[in-house]
Amino acid sequence: MSQFIINRRKFLTIAGVAASAIPLSGCDAFDSLLSGQSPVRDFLASANGLTYRAHRALIGADTLAPEFAASEIRQGQRPNGSTDPADAGYLALKDAAFSSYRLVVGGLVEKPASFSLAELRNMPARTQITRHDCVEGWSCIAKWTGVPLHRILDEARVRPEARFVVFHCYDTMNLGLQGAVPYYESIDLIDARHPQTLLAYGCNDQVLAVANGAPLRVRIERQLGYKMAKYIKGIEVVSSLAPFGSGKGGFWEDLGYEWYGGI
Amino acid sequence: MTIMDDIESRSAPKHDQSAVIYRHRITTRVTHWTWAVALFFLLLSGLQIFNAHPQLYIGNQSGFEFENSVLSMRAMRAQDGTVGGYTTVLGRTFDTTGVFGMSGPADNPSYRGFPAWATLPSYQDLATGRVVHFFFAWFFVAAFLVWFASSLISGHLRRDILPSMADIRALPRSIADHLRFRFHHDGRYNGLQKLAYAGVLLVVFPLIIATGLTMSPGLNAAWPWLLDIFGGRQTARTIHFLCMAALVAFFVIHIFMVVAAGPLNEMRSIITGWYRTDGKKNEEHPV
Repeated sequence: MSQFIINRRKFLTIAGVAASAIPLSGCDAFDSLLSGQSPVRDFLASANGLTYRAHRALIGADTLAPEFAASEIRQGQRPNGSTDPADAGYLALKDAAFSSYRLVVGGLVEKPASFSLAELRNMPARTQITRHDCVEGWSCIAKWTGVPLHRILDEARVRPEARFVVFHCYDTMNLGLQGAVPYYESIDLIDARHPQTLLAYGCNDQVLAVANGAPLRVRIERQLGYKMAKYIKGIEVVSSLAPFGSGKGGFWEDLGYEWYGGI
Repeated sequence: MTIMDDIESRSAPKHDQSAVIYRHRITTRVTHWTWAVALFFLLLSGLQIFNAHPQLYIGNQSGFEFENSVLSMRAMRAQDGTVGGYTTVLGRTFDTTGVFGMSGPADNPSYRGFPAWATLPSYQDLATGRVVHFFFAWFFVAAFLVWFASSLISGHLRRDILPSMADIRALPRSIADHLRFRFHHDGRYNGLQKLAYAGVLLVVFPLIIATGLTMSPGLNAAWPWLLDIFGGRQTARTIHFLCMAALVAFFVIHIFMVVAAGPLNEMRSIITGWYRTDGKKNEEHPV
């Protein structure tokens, strides 16, 4: 055993040399630990659950996101992600100026329903000037008009076992070998019932543009842009996110982004 | 030195007052190493996140149709047709090919803000950068809270970190000593050291934490005053970046000073707590 005992000076020398090698080795040293399949990455990602619980404890269920003065609208809403879907179902709708569009509401509700754009526009609306934060880091302020999602949920009467609202979309994203994958997103019922969560059909006093998600997109003002699904086809109230996509709760979530986008 | 002198110096009672003292308490050492590890990963994952949109702004939003950018890194085609990496700071553009904006092998360059060796993972992966960043952020903040509470209660903050009036008065001398590489190893911090540590621990750390929280759209709802303090989410992002640069600068000086002041003794004290003084009482600090 004795040959394994090293004195403190030797230990410090070895530790110092080892530590100085870290910056020299370059950051690809950690790449394999951080790949999509790595258990290390999964472990690190578990901190997102802590963040979600901390936010839910700190932020009141109905606490509003900051709203801005009209003078803060200094540019058009920056489009990102899908900006001009070429999917057949969407093109047919767009060609008819969305006259045949119906929002389908189903899943764990007492009264499944569907709504035309005219019906949605006739419901009590909310208009808010809010800041859109992209996960990439940029922000853009715009005025949004739409029907609060809780009105739709109240009309469909959500069942007690429901936990999430899933948004199904017309647009697909091309993922190479997997081909075209439909965009989808999901939120918990706290954000679904939040007063600023809208199914928006208007932006900056205009009819919602195709680049921004026409005819209907969701606004979830306390979360990042990728949560706010565009080109919404239908809303499904569910108790589990497992059946959708790869089961992580959204298109970007399935690719490694966190489900809770409040940070 | 003769052999006799050598024997004498070993056998005779020591004339100097060299002594091994307990310098760093366990809280100091544990939080120091927690920060060292956490900041390493926070820096590299932070640069990965920055690369997703390598541009900084002042205000609430990012100007796409108006100008409020203070820094950007991008690849551009010059008038002679060659593509290079360019960094624009406050309206002035610099050619930073090879480091910022464009880097990697000349025959297969990548167009990115910071180069592959400065980001985690080395390739573009915003989602993983965020996973790493938000994991280590919890440890960074927890260590800060533990250190602050413990240092406040133990008196470490008042005694060793906050510069006293005597430290301030002795600053010119402290600066002169540093410039001559004349260090006093009496186990106490001099004025410049206290200013550096107070600046990092009491200014930069709280700022980088608060600006990080200000970027969260969720926390903006709970604490909108954070936006008022920092002048908007994009300004907070810019301040977060500047704090990062300040910490990198501190790290370089910190390591330089450890090497200059005697790396073994310094490393021993921050690992075991025990530090060998040179016995010369620093006149700035009559004990």
